[in-house]
Amino acid sequence: MTPALRCVGLRQKFGDTVAVDGLDLEVERGEVFGLLGPNGAGKTTTIRMITTLLPAPPGAIQVLGRDVARQRTAVRRLIGYVPQQLSADGTLTGRENVALFARLYDVPRVGRAAQVAAVLDAMDLTEAADRPSKTYSGGMVRRLELAQALVSAPQLLILDEPTVGLDPVARDSVWDKIASIRAATGMTVLVTTHAMQEADEHCERVALMHRGRIRAQGSPDDLKDALGPGATLDDVFRHHTGNALTGDNENGGMRDVRAARRTARRVG
Amino acid sequence: MSALPVAPPAASAETEPGPLALARTVASRIATTCLVELQKLRHDRTELVTRAVQPALWLLVFGQVFTRIRAIPTGSTPYLDFLAPGILAQSALFIAIFYGIQIIWERDAGVLAKLLVTPTPRIALVGAKAFAAGVRAVAQAVVVLVLALILGVHLATNPLKIIALVAALLLGSAFFCCLSITIAGLVLSRDRLMGIGQAITMPLFFASNALYPVQLMPGWLQVVNHINPLSYEVEALRGLLVGTSARLLLDFGVLLASAIVMIAIASALLPRLARG
Repeated sequence: MTPALRCVGLRQKFGDTVAVDGLDLEVERGEVFGLLGPNGAGKTTTIRMITTLLPAPPGAIQVLGRDVARQRTAVRRLIGYVPQQLSADGTLTGRENVALFARLYDVPRVGRAAQVAAVLDAMDLTEAADRPSKTYSGGMVRRLELAQALVSAPQLLILDEPTVGLDPVARDSVWDKIASIRAATGMTVLVTTHAMQEADEHCERVALMHRGRIRAQGSPDDLKDALGPGATLDDVFRHHTGNALTGDNENGGMRDVRAARRTARRVG
Repeated sequence: MSALPVAPPAASAETEPGPLALARTVASRIATTCLVELQKLRHDRTELVTRAVQPALWLLVFGQVFTRIRAIPTGSTPYLDFLAPGILAQSALFIAIFYGIQIIWERDAGVLAKLLVTPTPRIALVGAKAFAAGVRAVAQAVVVLVLALILGVHLATNPLKIIALVAALLLGSAFFCCLSITIAGLVLSRDRLMGIGQAITMPLFFASNALYPVQLMPGWLQVVNHINPLSYEVEALRGLLVGTSARLLLDFGVLLASAIVMIAIASALLPRLARG
Protein backbone atom coordinates (compact mmCIF):
# COMPACT_ATOMS: atom_id res chain seq x y z
CA MET A 1 0.00 0.00 0.00
CA THR A 2 1.31 3.45 -0.86
CA PRO A 3 2.17 5.56 2.19
CA ALA A 4 0.02 8.53 3.19
CA LEU A 5 2.96 10.82 2.51
CA ARG A 6 6.32 10.37 0.85
CA CYS A 7 8.91 13.13 0.45
CA VAL A 8 12.10 12.40 -1.46
CA GLY A 9 15.06 14.79 -1.50
CA LEU A 10 12.80 17.77 -0.78
CA ARG A 11 14.56 21.16 -0.99
CA GLN A 12 13.45 24.77 -0.63
CA LYS A 13 15.60 27.90 -0.65
CA PHE A 14 14.63 31.49 0.12
CA GLY A 15 17.40 33.63 -1.31
CA ASP A 16 20.60 32.29 0.28
CA THR A 17 18.75 30.57 3.12
CA VAL A 18 18.18 26.86 2.74
CA ALA A 19 14.92 26.17 4.58
CA VAL A 20 14.54 22.51 3.61
CA ASP A 21 17.66 20.61 2.65
CA GLY A 22 17.15 17.22 1.04
CA LEU A 23 14.35 15.99 3.29
CA ASP A 24 13.29 12.34 3.03
CA LEU A 25 10.15 11.39 4.91
CA GLU A 26 7.55 8.64 4.84
CA VAL A 27 4.33 8.70 6.85
CA GLU A 28 2.32 5.48 6.95
CA ARG A 29 -1.44 5.43 6.55
CA GLY A 30 -3.39 5.76 9.77
CA GLU A 31 -0.57 6.91 12.06
CA VAL A 32 -0.15 10.10 14.08
CA PHE A 33 3.21 11.39 12.94
CA GLY A 34 5.02 14.31 14.59
CA LEU A 35 7.45 16.54 12.75
CA LEU A 36 9.47 18.11 15.54
CA GLY A 37 11.94 20.92 15.72
CA PRO A 38 12.53 24.44 16.98
CA ASN A 39 11.36 27.58 15.19
CA GLY A 40 13.19 27.85 11.89
CA ALA A 41 13.89 24.12 11.59
CA GLY A 42 11.96 24.04 8.30
CA LYS A 43 8.78 22.35 9.56
CA THR A 44 6.35 24.99 8.35
CA THR A 45 8.11 25.29 4.97
CA THR A 46 7.82 21.52 4.58
CA ILE A 47 4.13 21.64 5.45
CA ARG A 48 3.58 24.51 3.00
CA MET A 49 5.13 22.44 0.22
CA ILE A 50 3.06 19.36 1.09
CA THR A 51 -0.13 21.44 1.14
CA THR A 52 0.66 23.01 -2.28
CA LEU A 53 1.19 26.50 -0.80
CA LEU A 54 4.78 26.46 -2.03
CA PRO A 55 5.83 24.85 -5.30
CA ALA A 56 7.49 21.44 -5.11
CA PRO A 57 9.43 19.76 -7.93
CA PRO A 58 7.68 16.85 -9.69
CA GLY A 59 8.19 13.56 -7.90
CA ALA A 60 9.44 15.12 -4.66
CA ILE A 61 6.18 14.81 -2.70
CA GLN A 62 3.43 12.23 -3.00
CA VAL A 63 0.24 12.33 -0.96
CA LEU A 64 -1.56 8.97 -1.01
CA GLY A 65 0.17 8.22 -4.30
CA ARG A 66 -0.67 11.57 -5.95
CA ASP A 67 2.15 13.84 -7.05
CA VAL A 68 1.77 17.22 -5.37
CA ALA A 69 3.35 19.02 -8.33
CA ARG A 70 1.22 17.38 -11.02
CA GLN A 71 -2.08 16.62 -9.26
CA ARG A 72 -2.53 19.63 -7.03
CA THR A 73 -6.33 19.66 -7.08
CA ALA A 74 -6.54 15.93 -6.31
CA VAL A 75 -4.08 16.38 -3.44
CA ARG A 76 -6.05 19.31 -2.04
CA ARG A 77 -9.18 17.15 -1.94
CA LEU A 78 -7.34 14.57 0.15
CA ILE A 79 -5.91 16.83 2.84
CA GLY A 80 -7.33 18.84 5.71
CA TYR A 81 -5.13 21.66 6.98
CA VAL A 82 -5.08 23.62 10.22
CA PRO A 83 -2.52 26.45 10.14
CA GLN A 84 -0.54 27.65 13.12
CA GLN A 85 -2.54 30.85 13.52
CA LEU A 86 -6.10 30.89 14.86
CA SER A 87 -7.80 31.36 11.54
CA ALA A 88 -11.54 30.99 12.12
CA ASP A 89 -13.59 34.01 11.05
CA GLY A 90 -14.70 35.71 14.26
CA THR A 91 -17.65 37.45 12.60
CA LEU A 92 -19.23 34.17 11.53
CA THR A 93 -20.80 31.59 13.83
CA GLY A 94 -19.11 28.25 14.34
CA ARG A 95 -21.65 26.58 12.07
CA GLU A 96 -21.15 29.18 9.31
CA ASN A 97 -17.37 28.77 9.55
CA VAL A 98 -17.66 25.02 9.01
CA ALA A 99 -20.36 25.33 6.32
CA LEU A 100 -18.05 27.67 4.37
CA PHE A 101 -15.41 24.96 4.16
CA ALA A 102 -18.00 22.31 3.34
CA ARG A 103 -18.93 24.41 0.29
CA LEU A 104 -15.30 25.09 -0.64
CA TYR A 105 -14.67 21.33 -0.63
CA ASP A 106 -17.80 20.68 -2.72
CA VAL A 107 -19.56 18.63 -0.04
CA PRO A 108 -22.87 17.82 -1.80
CA ARG A 109 -25.80 20.05 -0.85
CA VAL A 110 -27.85 17.01 0.17
CA GLY A 111 -26.49 16.02 3.55
CA ARG A 112 -24.20 19.04 3.87
CA ALA A 113 -25.99 20.48 6.89
CA ALA A 114 -25.95 17.07 8.60
CA GLN A 115 -22.24 16.67 7.90
CA VAL A 116 -21.52 20.15 9.30
CA ALA A 117 -23.56 19.31 12.41
CA ALA A 118 -21.76 15.96 12.80
CA VAL A 119 -18.25 17.47 12.82
CA LEU A 120 -19.34 20.25 15.18
CA ASP A 121 -20.78 17.64 17.50
CA ALA A 122 -17.64 15.54 17.24
CA MET A 123 -15.65 18.58 18.38
CA ASP A 124 -18.12 19.26 21.27
CA LEU A 125 -19.24 22.52 19.69
CA THR A 126 -22.93 21.83 19.15
CA GLU A 127 -24.09 24.14 21.92
CA ALA A 128 -21.84 26.98 20.78
CA ALA A 129 -22.39 26.36 17.06
CA ASP A 130 -24.68 29.34 16.51
CA ARG A 131 -22.60 31.85 18.44
CA PRO A 132 -20.07 34.09 16.67
CA SER A 133 -16.71 32.35 16.93
CA LYS A 134 -15.15 35.54 18.33
CA THR A 135 -16.86 34.58 21.60
CA TYR A 136 -15.04 31.21 21.71
CA SER A 137 -12.07 30.40 23.94
CA GLY A 138 -8.73 29.56 22.30
CA GLY A 139 -9.30 25.83 22.72
CA MET A 140 -12.77 26.10 21.21
CA VAL A 141 -11.40 27.98 18.20
CA ARG A 142 -8.82 25.24 17.67
CA ARG A 143 -11.58 22.61 17.84
CA LEU A 144 -13.64 24.68 15.40
CA GLU A 145 -10.68 24.70 13.01
CA LEU A 146 -10.42 20.94 13.35
CA ALA A 147 -14.12 20.76 12.44
CA GLN A 148 -13.44 22.95 9.38
CA ALA A 149 -10.63 20.65 8.31
CA LEU A 150 -12.67 17.49 8.93
CA VAL A 151 -15.87 18.42 7.16
CA SER A 152 -14.47 17.29 3.81
CA ALA A 153 -13.49 13.87 5.24
CA PRO A 154 -9.80 14.27 4.43
CA GLN A 155 -7.49 11.26 4.39
CA LEU A 156 -4.47 13.20 5.60
CA LEU A 157 -4.97 15.78 8.35
CA ILE A 158 -2.11 18.28 8.64
CA LEU A 159 -1.83 20.36 11.81
CA ASP A 160 0.82 23.07 12.08
CA GLU A 161 1.63 23.70 15.77
CA PRO A 162 -1.97 22.99 16.87
CA THR A 163 -1.41 23.66 20.57
CA VAL A 164 0.77 26.77 20.42
CA GLY A 165 -0.47 29.42 22.84
CA LEU A 166 -3.09 27.17 24.48
CA ASP A 167 -3.31 26.54 28.22
CA PRO A 168 -2.67 22.95 29.43
CA VAL A 169 -6.38 22.07 29.66
CA ALA A 170 -7.08 23.32 26.12
CA ARG A 171 -3.93 21.56 24.87
CA ASP A 172 -5.12 18.25 26.32
CA SER A 173 -8.55 18.77 24.84
CA VAL A 174 -7.07 19.35 21.36
CA TRP A 175 -4.89 16.24 21.61
CA ASP A 176 -7.87 14.20 22.88
CA LYS A 177 -9.83 15.30 19.84
CA ILE A 178 -6.96 14.40 17.50
CA ALA A 179 -6.83 10.94 19.08
CA SER A 180 -10.57 10.42 18.82
CA ILE A 181 -10.60 11.58 15.18
CA ARG A 182 -7.94 9.04 14.36
CA ALA A 183 -9.77 6.31 16.24
CA ALA A 184 -13.09 7.11 14.57
CA THR A 185 -11.88 7.56 10.99
CA GLY A 186 -8.48 5.92 10.71
CA MET A 187 -7.16 9.01 8.97
CA THR A 188 -3.48 9.85 8.96
CA VAL A 189 -2.43 12.82 11.09
CA LEU A 190 0.74 14.80 10.45
CA VAL A 191 1.43 17.31 13.17
CA THR A 192 4.29 19.76 13.62
CA THR A 193 5.29 20.90 17.07
CA HIS A 194 8.26 22.07 19.04
CA ALA A 195 6.73 20.68 22.25
CA MET A 196 8.71 17.46 22.69
CA GLN A 197 6.69 16.24 25.67
CA GLU A 198 3.40 16.53 23.78
CA ALA A 199 4.88 14.66 20.81
CA ASP A 200 6.20 11.97 23.14
CA GLU A 201 2.75 11.44 24.62
CA HIS A 202 0.61 11.67 21.50
CA CYS A 203 2.60 10.68 18.38
CA GLU A 204 3.27 7.12 17.29
CA ARG A 205 6.31 8.11 15.27
CA VAL A 206 8.27 11.35 15.09
CA ALA A 207 10.93 12.91 12.90
CA LEU A 208 13.37 15.33 14.49
CA MET A 209 14.09 18.20 12.13
CA HIS A 210 16.92 20.71 12.39
CA ARG A 211 18.19 23.20 9.83
CA GLY A 212 16.05 21.75 7.05
CA ARG A 213 17.06 18.13 7.57
CA ILE A 214 15.64 15.10 9.35
CA ARG A 215 18.22 14.16 12.00
CA ALA A 216 16.42 11.12 13.42
CA GLN A 217 13.09 9.36 13.11
CA GLY A 218 11.21 6.52 14.74
CA SER A 219 8.82 5.91 17.61
CA PRO A 220 9.47 8.15 20.65
CA ASP A 221 10.18 5.05 22.79
CA ASP A 222 12.67 3.61 20.30
CA LEU A 223 14.49 6.93 20.01
CA LYS A 224 14.67 7.34 23.80
CA ASP A 225 15.71 3.72 24.38
CA ALA A 226 18.51 4.08 21.85
CA LEU A 227 19.93 6.94 23.91
CA GLY A 228 19.80 5.16 27.24
CA PRO A 229 17.66 4.76 30.36
CA GLY A 230 15.78 7.82 31.56
CA ALA A 231 16.31 9.75 28.32
CA THR A 232 13.60 12.18 27.25
CA LEU A 233 12.72 13.25 23.72
CA ASP A 234 14.39 16.58 24.52
CA ASP A 235 17.60 14.64 25.26
CA VAL A 236 17.24 12.75 21.98
CA PHE A 237 16.82 16.00 20.12
CA ARG A 238 19.87 17.57 21.77
CA HIS A 239 21.88 14.44 21.06
CA HIS A 240 21.14 14.63 17.35
CA THR A 241 21.30 18.37 16.84
CA GLY A 242 23.74 19.78 19.36
CA ASN A 243 21.89 22.21 21.62
CA ALA A 244 19.34 23.43 19.08
CA LEU A 245 16.42 23.60 21.49
CA THR A 246 18.10 26.25 23.59
CA GLY A 247 18.65 28.73 20.85
CA ASP A 248 21.34 28.15 18.25
CA ASN A 249 18.60 27.92 15.65
CA GLU A 250 19.93 30.62 13.35
CA ASN A 251 17.09 30.00 10.92
CA GLY A 252 14.51 30.72 13.65
CA GLY A 253 12.53 33.19 11.62
CA MET A 254 11.02 36.41 12.92
CA ARG A 255 7.94 35.34 10.99
CA ASP A 256 7.59 32.08 12.96
CA VAL A 257 7.95 33.89 16.25
CA ARG A 258 5.53 36.61 15.18
CA ALA A 259 2.94 34.03 14.09
CA ALA A 260 3.27 32.17 17.40
CA ARG A 261 2.94 35.38 19.40
CA ARG A 262 -0.06 36.50 17.36
CA THR A 263 -1.74 33.17 18.02
CA ALA A 264 -0.90 33.38 21.71
CA ARG A 265 -2.40 36.88 21.84
CA ARG A 266 -5.61 35.74 20.15
CA VAL A 267 -6.12 32.82 22.50
CA GLY A 268 -5.55 35.12 25.43
CA MET B 1 -18.91 11.82 19.58
CA SER B 2 -20.98 11.91 16.36
CA ALA B 3 -19.92 9.75 13.46
CA LEU B 4 -17.34 11.64 11.46
CA PRO B 5 -17.44 11.43 7.67
CA VAL B 6 -14.81 8.91 6.60
CA ALA B 7 -15.02 8.84 2.81
CA PRO B 8 -14.47 11.80 0.49
CA PRO B 9 -17.92 13.31 -0.05
CA ALA B 10 -17.20 14.35 -3.61
CA ALA B 11 -15.55 12.30 -6.30
CA SER B 12 -11.85 13.09 -6.07
CA ALA B 13 -10.66 14.64 -9.30
CA GLU B 14 -7.51 12.82 -10.33
CA THR B 15 -6.66 15.32 -13.02
CA GLU B 16 -6.58 19.12 -13.03
CA PRO B 17 -10.03 20.60 -13.91
CA GLY B 18 -10.83 21.43 -17.54
CA PRO B 19 -12.35 24.76 -18.67
CA LEU B 20 -15.95 23.70 -17.96
CA ALA B 21 -15.18 22.37 -14.49
CA LEU B 22 -13.14 25.51 -13.81
CA ALA B 23 -16.06 27.75 -14.83
CA ARG B 24 -18.40 25.74 -12.57
CA THR B 25 -15.96 26.03 -9.68
CA VAL B 26 -15.54 29.78 -10.20
CA ALA B 27 -19.33 30.27 -10.20
CA SER B 28 -19.74 28.08 -7.10
CA ARG B 29 -16.96 29.87 -5.19
CA ILE B 30 -18.34 33.29 -6.11
CA ALA B 31 -21.77 32.26 -4.82
CA THR B 32 -20.24 30.87 -1.62
CA THR B 33 -18.15 33.96 -0.92
CA CYS B 34 -21.04 36.33 -1.63
CA LEU B 35 -23.20 34.33 0.79
CA VAL B 36 -20.50 34.58 3.47
CA GLU B 37 -20.23 38.32 2.87
CA LEU B 38 -23.98 38.66 3.40
CA GLN B 39 -23.74 36.56 6.58
CA LYS B 40 -21.02 38.87 7.88
CA LEU B 41 -23.12 41.93 7.07
CA ARG B 42 -26.07 40.37 8.87
CA HIS B 43 -23.99 39.80 12.00
CA ASP B 44 -22.37 43.21 12.05
CA ARG B 45 -24.37 46.05 10.50
CA THR B 46 -22.31 48.79 12.15
CA GLU B 47 -20.04 48.92 9.12
CA LEU B 48 -23.00 49.82 6.91
CA VAL B 49 -23.74 52.76 9.20
CA THR B 50 -20.15 53.97 9.68
CA ARG B 51 -19.40 53.70 5.99
CA ALA B 52 -22.52 55.75 5.23
CA VAL B 53 -21.16 58.77 7.10
CA GLN B 54 -18.79 59.92 4.38
CA PRO B 55 -21.22 59.67 1.43
CA ALA B 56 -23.84 61.35 3.62
CA LEU B 57 -21.48 64.28 4.23
CA TRP B 58 -20.73 64.58 0.51
CA LEU B 59 -24.42 64.67 -0.33
CA LEU B 60 -25.56 66.77 2.62
CA VAL B 61 -22.74 69.30 2.76
CA PHE B 62 -20.93 69.39 -0.56
CA GLY B 63 -24.01 68.57 -2.63
CA GLN B 64 -26.34 71.04 -0.94
CA VAL B 65 -23.82 73.89 -0.87
CA PHE B 66 -22.81 73.48 -4.51
CA THR B 67 -26.45 73.18 -5.53
CA ARG B 68 -27.12 76.57 -3.92
CA ILE B 69 -24.10 78.42 -5.29
CA ARG B 70 -24.62 76.91 -8.76
CA ALA B 71 -20.83 76.82 -9.24
CA ILE B 72 -20.83 73.66 -11.32
CA PRO B 73 -22.91 73.84 -14.52
CA THR B 74 -24.77 70.57 -15.03
CA GLY B 75 -27.34 71.72 -17.59
CA SER B 76 -30.92 70.85 -16.81
CA THR B 77 -29.92 68.26 -14.20
CA PRO B 78 -29.94 69.58 -10.61
CA TYR B 79 -26.44 69.35 -9.14
CA LEU B 80 -27.55 67.01 -6.33
CA ASP B 81 -29.01 64.62 -8.93
CA PHE B 82 -25.76 64.87 -10.88
CA LEU B 83 -23.69 64.25 -7.76
CA ALA B 84 -25.60 61.27 -6.25
CA PRO B 85 -24.36 58.61 -8.76
CA GLY B 86 -20.82 59.94 -8.32
CA ILE B 87 -21.05 59.50 -4.56
CA LEU B 88 -22.51 56.02 -5.09
CA ALA B 89 -19.48 55.06 -7.17
CA GLN B 90 -17.16 56.71 -4.65
CA SER B 91 -18.55 54.74 -1.74
CA ALA B 92 -18.19 51.50 -3.75
CA LEU B 93 -14.61 52.49 -4.62
CA PHE B 94 -13.72 53.12 -0.98
CA ILE B 95 -15.10 49.73 0.06
CA ALA B 96 -13.36 47.82 -2.73
CA ILE B 97 -9.97 49.51 -2.57
CA PHE B 98 -9.37 48.31 0.99
CA TYR B 99 -9.99 44.63 0.19
CA GLY B 100 -6.23 44.37 -0.32
CA ILE B 101 -5.77 45.18 3.35
CA GLN B 102 -8.29 42.51 4.24
CA ILE B 103 -6.43 39.92 2.18
CA ILE B 104 -3.13 40.82 3.88
CA TRP B 105 -4.88 40.40 7.24
CA GLU B 106 -6.18 37.04 6.01
CA ARG B 107 -2.63 36.06 5.05
CA ASP B 108 -1.29 37.02 8.49
CA ALA B 109 -4.15 35.21 10.25
CA GLY B 110 -3.63 31.99 8.26
CA VAL B 111 -7.03 32.31 6.55
CA LEU B 112 -5.52 32.76 3.08
CA ALA B 113 -3.37 29.65 3.48
CA LYS B 114 -6.42 27.66 4.52
CA LEU B 115 -8.38 28.92 1.51
CA LEU B 116 -5.51 28.20 -0.88
CA VAL B 117 -5.31 24.60 0.36
CA THR B 118 -8.94 23.97 -0.64
CA PRO B 119 -9.56 22.66 -4.18
CA THR B 120 -10.22 26.18 -5.40
CA PRO B 121 -8.33 27.66 -8.35
CA ARG B 122 -6.62 30.97 -7.58
CA ILE B 123 -8.70 32.77 -10.17
CA ALA B 124 -11.86 31.55 -8.42
CA LEU B 125 -10.63 32.84 -5.05
CA VAL B 126 -9.84 36.27 -6.48
CA GLY B 127 -13.07 36.37 -8.51
CA ALA B 128 -14.98 35.47 -5.37
CA LYS B 129 -13.29 38.27 -3.41
CA ALA B 130 -14.05 40.68 -6.24
CA PHE B 131 -17.75 39.89 -6.19
CA ALA B 132 -17.83 39.89 -2.39
CA ALA B 133 -16.62 43.49 -2.58
CA GLY B 134 -19.47 44.10 -5.02
CA VAL B 135 -22.01 42.64 -2.59
CA ARG B 136 -20.82 45.04 0.12
CA ALA B 137 -20.89 47.91 -2.36
CA VAL B 138 -24.47 47.11 -3.36
CA ALA B 139 -25.53 46.89 0.30
CA GLN B 140 -23.89 50.27 0.88
CA ALA B 141 -25.54 51.64 -2.29
CA VAL B 142 -28.97 50.92 -0.79
CA VAL B 143 -28.12 53.21 2.15
CA VAL B 144 -26.77 55.97 -0.13
CA LEU B 145 -29.78 55.76 -2.45
CA VAL B 146 -32.23 56.01 0.45
CA LEU B 147 -30.36 59.08 1.63
CA ALA B 148 -30.43 60.56 -1.88
CA LEU B 149 -34.19 59.98 -2.07
CA ILE B 150 -34.68 61.74 1.28
CA LEU B 151 -32.71 64.70 -0.09
CA GLY B 152 -35.07 64.89 -3.06
CA VAL B 153 -32.89 63.37 -5.76
CA HIS B 154 -35.00 62.12 -8.67
CA LEU B 155 -34.01 58.49 -9.17
CA ALA B 156 -35.14 55.99 -11.80
CA THR B 157 -37.29 53.14 -10.54
CA ASN B 158 -37.27 50.98 -13.67
CA PRO B 159 -36.33 47.45 -12.47
CA LEU B 160 -34.15 46.83 -15.53
CA LYS B 161 -32.19 49.98 -14.80
CA ILE B 162 -31.79 48.94 -11.17
CA ILE B 163 -30.44 45.55 -12.30
CA ALA B 164 -28.03 47.31 -14.65
CA LEU B 165 -27.01 49.63 -11.80
CA VAL B 166 -26.21 46.60 -9.62
CA ALA B 167 -24.16 45.12 -12.48
CA ALA B 168 -22.19 48.37 -12.89
CA LEU B 169 -21.47 48.48 -9.15
CA LEU B 170 -20.39 44.82 -9.13
CA LEU B 171 -18.04 45.29 -12.07
CA GLY B 172 -16.57 48.55 -10.79
CA SER B 173 -16.03 47.07 -7.33
CA ALA B 174 -14.48 43.93 -8.84
CA PHE B 175 -11.95 46.08 -10.71
CA PHE B 176 -10.95 48.18 -7.71
CA CYS B 177 -10.92 45.21 -5.32
CA CYS B 178 -8.55 43.36 -7.67
CA LEU B 179 -6.45 46.49 -8.16
CA SER B 180 -6.09 46.56 -4.39
CA ILE B 181 -5.23 42.82 -4.22
CA THR B 182 -2.68 43.39 -7.00
CA ILE B 183 -1.02 46.18 -5.03
CA ALA B 184 -1.13 43.95 -1.93
CA GLY B 185 0.63 41.25 -3.96
CA LEU B 186 3.35 43.75 -4.88
CA VAL B 187 3.93 45.55 -1.58
CA LEU B 188 3.07 42.60 0.72
CA SER B 189 2.60 44.74 3.82
CA ARG B 190 -0.52 46.24 5.36
CA ASP B 191 1.14 49.53 6.28
CA ARG B 192 2.46 50.13 2.77
CA LEU B 193 -0.88 49.18 1.24
CA MET B 194 -2.78 51.55 3.53
CA GLY B 195 -0.50 54.39 2.44
CA ILE B 196 -0.89 53.55 -1.23
CA GLY B 197 -4.64 53.02 -0.83
CA GLN B 198 -5.05 56.45 0.66
CA ALA B 199 -2.76 57.95 -1.97
CA ILE B 200 -4.73 56.61 -4.93
CA THR B 201 -8.37 56.72 -3.87
CA MET B 202 -8.82 60.50 -3.81
CA PRO B 203 -6.89 61.05 -7.10
CA LEU B 204 -9.03 58.33 -8.73
CA PHE B 205 -12.13 60.12 -7.43
CA PHE B 206 -11.06 63.64 -8.42
CA ALA B 207 -9.78 62.46 -11.82
CA SER B 208 -13.24 61.17 -12.68
CA ASN B 209 -16.55 62.71 -13.64
CA ALA B 210 -18.01 61.99 -10.17
CA LEU B 211 -18.06 65.61 -8.98
CA TYR B 212 -18.07 67.68 -12.16
CA PRO B 213 -18.70 67.26 -15.89
CA VAL B 214 -15.74 66.20 -18.04
CA GLN B 215 -16.01 69.41 -20.10
CA LEU B 216 -14.93 71.47 -17.08
CA MET B 217 -11.68 69.53 -16.65
CA PRO B 218 -8.36 70.80 -18.00
CA GLY B 219 -7.08 68.84 -21.02
CA TRP B 220 -4.59 66.68 -19.08
CA LEU B 221 -7.27 65.70 -16.53
CA GLN B 222 -9.64 64.76 -19.35
CA VAL B 223 -7.00 62.32 -20.61
CA VAL B 224 -6.69 60.78 -17.12
CA ASN B 225 -10.49 60.68 -16.88
CA HIS B 226 -10.67 58.65 -20.09
CA ILE B 227 -8.39 55.91 -18.74
CA ASN B 228 -10.02 55.88 -15.31
CA PRO B 229 -12.57 53.02 -15.01
CA LEU B 230 -14.34 54.97 -12.25
CA SER B 231 -15.46 57.51 -14.88
CA TYR B 232 -17.16 54.78 -16.93
CA GLU B 233 -18.85 53.46 -13.78
CA VAL B 234 -20.10 56.96 -12.87
CA GLU B 235 -21.31 57.62 -16.41
CA ALA B 236 -23.25 54.34 -16.43
CA LEU B 237 -24.73 54.95 -12.96
CA ARG B 238 -25.68 58.52 -13.86
CA GLY B 239 -27.29 57.47 -17.13
CA LEU B 240 -29.26 54.70 -15.42
CA LEU B 241 -30.25 56.59 -12.28
CA VAL B 242 -30.93 60.16 -13.40
CA GLY B 243 -31.22 59.75 -17.16
CA THR B 244 -28.24 61.82 -18.34
CA SER B 245 -26.67 60.82 -21.65
CA ALA B 246 -24.46 57.76 -21.29
CA ARG B 247 -22.62 55.41 -23.63
CA LEU B 248 -23.84 52.32 -21.79
CA LEU B 249 -22.35 49.77 -24.20
CA LEU B 250 -18.94 51.42 -23.96
CA ASP B 251 -19.27 51.89 -20.19
CA PHE B 252 -20.16 48.26 -19.51
CA GLY B 253 -17.60 47.05 -22.06
CA VAL B 254 -14.80 48.98 -20.33
CA LEU B 255 -15.96 47.88 -16.86
CA LEU B 256 -16.22 44.22 -17.87
CA ALA B 257 -12.87 44.16 -19.69
CA SER B 258 -11.02 45.99 -16.93
CA ALA B 259 -12.54 43.71 -14.25
CA ILE B 260 -11.49 40.56 -16.17
CA VAL B 261 -7.95 41.85 -16.76
CA MET B 262 -7.52 42.91 -13.15
CA ILE B 263 -8.90 39.57 -11.81
CA ALA B 264 -6.33 37.78 -13.98
CA ILE B 265 -3.46 40.00 -12.76
CA ALA B 266 -4.48 39.70 -9.09
CA SER B 267 -4.79 35.90 -9.45
CA ALA B 268 -1.26 35.72 -10.83
CA LEU B 269 0.03 37.66 -7.81
CA LEU B 270 -1.92 35.69 -5.19
CA PRO B 271 0.74 32.97 -4.68
CA ARG B 272 3.35 35.72 -4.16
CA LEU B 273 1.09 37.29 -1.55
CA ALA B 274 0.60 33.92 0.18
CA ARG B 275 4.37 33.36 0.30
CA GLY B 276 5.20 36.92 1.34
